[in-house]
Amino acid sequence: MIKVSGLRKSFHGHAVLNGLDLEVPAGSITIIIGRSGGGKSVFLKHLLGLLRPDSGHIEVDGVDVTRLRGRALDEVRKRYGVVFQGGALFDSMTCRDNVAFPLREKLRLATAEIRTQVDMALERVGLAGIGNKYPEEVSGGMRKRVAIARALVTEPEIVFFDEPTTGLDPVLVNTIHRLILELHRRSKFTAVMVSHEIPEIFEIADRVGMLHQGRIVEQGPPAAIQESANPIVRQFIRGEPDPAA
Amino acid sequence: MDVISAERFLLDQMPVRYRALIPTTLKTAYSAVATMVTPPFKLGALLGRIHYIGFRSLLIILLTGAFTGMVLGLQIFFTLSRFGSEAFLGPAVALTLVRELGPVLGALMVTGRAGSALTAELGIMRITEQIDALTVMALSPMRYLVAPSILAGIITFPLMTALFDVVGIFGGYLVGVKLLGLSAGTYFGEMQTFVDMGDVMMGFWKSVSFGVIVTWVCTYKGFHVAHGAEGVARATTQAVVLSSVLILVWDYFLGSVLP
Repeated sequence: MIKVSGLRKSFHGHAVLNGLDLEVPAGSITIIIGRSGGGKSVFLKHLLGLLRPDSGHIEVDGVDVTRLRGRALDEVRKRYGVVFQGGALFDSMTCRDNVAFPLREKLRLATAEIRTQVDMALERVGLAGIGNKYPEEVSGGMRKRVAIARALVTEPEIVFFDEPTTGLDPVLVNTIHRLILELHRRSKFTAVMVSHEIPEIFEIADRVGMLHQGRIVEQGPPAAIQESANPIVRQFIRGEPDPAA
Repeated sequence: MDVISAERFLLDQMPVRYRALIPTTLKTAYSAVATMVTPPFKLGALLGRIHYIGFRSLLIILLTGAFTGMVLGLQIFFTLSRFGSEAFLGPAVALTLVRELGPVLGALMVTGRAGSALTAELGIMRITEQIDALTVMALSPMRYLVAPSILAGIITFPLMTALFDVVGIFGGYLVGVKLLGLSAGTYFGEMQTFVDMGDVMMGFWKSVSFGVIVTWVCTYKGFHVAHGAEGVARATTQAVVLSSVLILVWDYFLGSVLP
């Protein structure tokens, strides 16, 4: 379980996270929604230990990761898998080598074992035949799927998805969402996803949190969020234009 | 003014934004050195960097070395001929190359070719979150990206300097002996008399330190890129300019303290 309490972060005097509280139950898919520039990616970077908060705590199974440094933080990160917004595939490696990389460097498996696991991982995301291509040689949707395969190949306990469907057409958005759901059912990892995809995310989320002006203004099951009386949540879900804009 | 108060004076005079850079620079330097001397060593990454920085710079080193030697042969010959001392062309060319121009020009050429590419590559990896991807895999980007580059610089810069010197001396030979009529025996014989191991070692230490300076500056600038493509362009320019200036400053410093 991940428990975030009172998380605050400012850049040059501008508060991006403003006392954020959130609970992510173990084994659930929790999706953070919110407007662009609302601090979703900054929040995710705090969860990953890439940024340090000004104050507040992030507890992963009772361990406050904001206090960890170096190897202690790496020990927690070994439980993570991350799908970055742009995939963050190593562009000097083939798709196959990208998926093999964490197995070789993180788990130090034998070559034959790596080959087997990479084949299985690529097959699970429907990309059995493209292993020898470089990331720039495949489509955006394929890159996202390779990134998902790389994030999940080590069978992490917690997987973070940073807008995994941004820039994809509706068909691919649903394909990626179904893939995530299927992989989640199979591996039972805890997922934290940042996404804009309304209403598609309601089909895969166990819990949804609405991030607005650096705080979670509403969190709960998808049905409760969809029925929320909070005007900020309603405006975002319905895509109503901002009267102040 | 003692050393500590001199440091404090310099810090006080330094603009705040540069003062803030010092801990980051030192922290990154410490991490790079720590990953260089502790296992697991990334031999594959090191070989890749040696190929990238060294082997792929060979052509530019050969070309600039040859023409630098030829220009030196031409200019020094005409200067010496005014004093009737053409016989010293060989040692003059060799000493200029071995002690000074070999390490300096070689380093400047590699900065332009490989250093800028190193900054751009790391910068693009930074803005496309590839470095963050390594970090969240609990793998040290220092170990995979920075340490191999610095080690490759330490290994390849002296080798490329040696090559620059040899080709340059041959360039001077072509002009002095084949074009201007000096005897080959005089050209090489006087060289043996006047060039000693101290001169070679000066060139060696210079090239090693330039290898560290160029790879350190270029990887540091690339590693800390921000603000997208414009940031990469700015970091690349800064890396080349800063490396070049530091090479010349450090060259003077070493030239004045080494025998």
